[in-house]
Amino acid sequence: MDLFLQLTLAGLAIGSIYSCVALAVVMIYQATDHFNFAQGEMAMFSTYVAWTLVGLGAPVWLAFLLAVGISFLAGVIIERVIVKPVENAPVLNQIIVFIGLLVIFNAVAGWIWEFTIKPFPSLFPEDLGFKSTLIGPHHLGVIALTLGVLALVFAFFRFTRVGLAMRAAAANPDSARLVGVSVGWMLALGWGLAASIGAVGGILVAPIVYLEPNMMAGVLLYGFAGALLGGVSSPGGAVLGGLVVGVLENWVGQYVPGGSELKLTFALILIVGVLVFKPAGLFGRVVVRRV
Amino acid sequence: MAFLEVRGLEAYYRQTQALFGVDFELDEGSITAVLGANGAGKTTTLRAICRMVRTEGEVTFDGQELTGMSTERVVGLGIAHVPEGRGTFVRQSVEENLQLGAYTRKNKADIAADMESVYGYFPRLGERRRQQAGTLSGGEQQMLAIGRALMLRPKLMLLDEPSFGLAPLIVQEIYEIMARIREREGTSMLLVEQNASIALELADHAYLLETGRVVMGGESSLLRDDEDIRRSYLGY
Repeated sequence: MDLFLQLTLAGLAIGSIYSCVALAVVMIYQATDHFNFAQGEMAMFSTYVAWTLVGLGAPVWLAFLLAVGISFLAGVIIERVIVKPVENAPVLNQIIVFIGLLVIFNAVAGWIWEFTIKPFPSLFPEDLGFKSTLIGPHHLGVIALTLGVLALVFAFFRFTRVGLAMRAAAANPDSARLVGVSVGWMLALGWGLAASIGAVGGILVAPIVYLEPNMMAGVLLYGFAGALLGGVSSPGGAVLGGLVVGVLENWVGQYVPGGSELKLTFALILIVGVLVFKPAGLFGRVVVRRV
Repeated sequence: MAFLEVRGLEAYYRQTQALFGVDFELDEGSITAVLGANGAGKTTTLRAICRMVRTEGEVTFDGQELTGMSTERVVGLGIAHVPEGRGTFVRQSVEENLQLGAYTRKNKADIAADMESVYGYFPRLGERRRQQAGTLSGGEQQMLAIGRALMLRPKLMLLDEPSFGLAPLIVQEIYEIMARIREREGTSMLLVEQNASIALELADHAYLLETGRVVMGGESSLLRDDEDIRRSYLGY
């Protein structure tokens, strides 16, 4: 029973990181109708930025906040400089741009920081003042921090004027322009926000998977699986999907014979399964429309 | 100079020209109708004023040249466009749709007051304020589109076929409310309609568009009372 609880809690921790990635992916998807395949590599890059700041002597929390802020700016710039020029291009061109970004970030990270694996410090102290055999301090901190971040993001979209304008711009750009929303800047803001959320995920997962340019490959795949499972049209669903995928991943690794070798395969099976049997995902909202 | 002045307006969709030198004007506080058949360029005229199509020629509003501005800036000047197809934000609630209409405004108390006044014009929207806007009926969505435009406190409203696809009784209701809005707020309106008879009742002036050109214009009573014009152009 203890093992089951341990697996589940650790799964929730890693799953909440998948949720961050899934939410970032869904945000871009809602605005552009495409998956940003570079989301994971952008997060990896952000994590290296944090690592560099720590190396320069910054406290780890300060490095975290700075890296998240820098990622926001970088996301905005990437949208303005690279994504905007192709926004009216055919689908394939846009996807190639996303894949190009993926390759570029990966290669540049390897060039600057080398491909050797580096340890990354946890944001959370080893000693939380209590001891539990069920969950470690980093995992517990991950769950608390990601849930906090996700709650903030949802509050932003739900309760602020700019959040509402961003939703409007993504859903109905023409109409949004007609009420005076600058749709282009809302998209850029969305990219910035997605990059920040991705950075949170990257910095939290780095102490677990260690820092290296390919560290997000698996995480992005699970993030995609989570986003699809929850429904790409539902940010809340994507977050839940990420959590479910994290827990399932751990269960499969433990209880399915040979499962520890099949974890990534499981993510792919999940992706294909959802796309074949329930393309809208579990919580994908069906929009009621009357004419 | 007139409140809104359109001179030699041409509009293009890629290579296709849709307007061929349209001229007209609108006085402050008045309602002007643009009539014409399908494809005459009525919607394009409104879209050209809002800078949503590529244009040549001049559009001057309240002394300012609009050509070269972005759509958002034109909206910021106080021009509210009730678009073809109503432009509902279907996933957002009725209230959020109205809030979006006031996006360029800052004063929260004013916005809240205006929202209540919109609910005053359209009580049915008030009853459904938390409802997802996509679930409203066509007539309610048209009311919502007009309400969203009112939330800008517009100096000029551009209305694209508010009667489109609605039952005659609902059309009647919406036009009565538009008349009330003009009476109380003094808002100028540029109204595009296929339903010429109802538009001419409301409007002070009317222009008739045919394949991207103005073929006739004048006081709406003149167009309404001229049997020949009515038969050959307005179809009633």
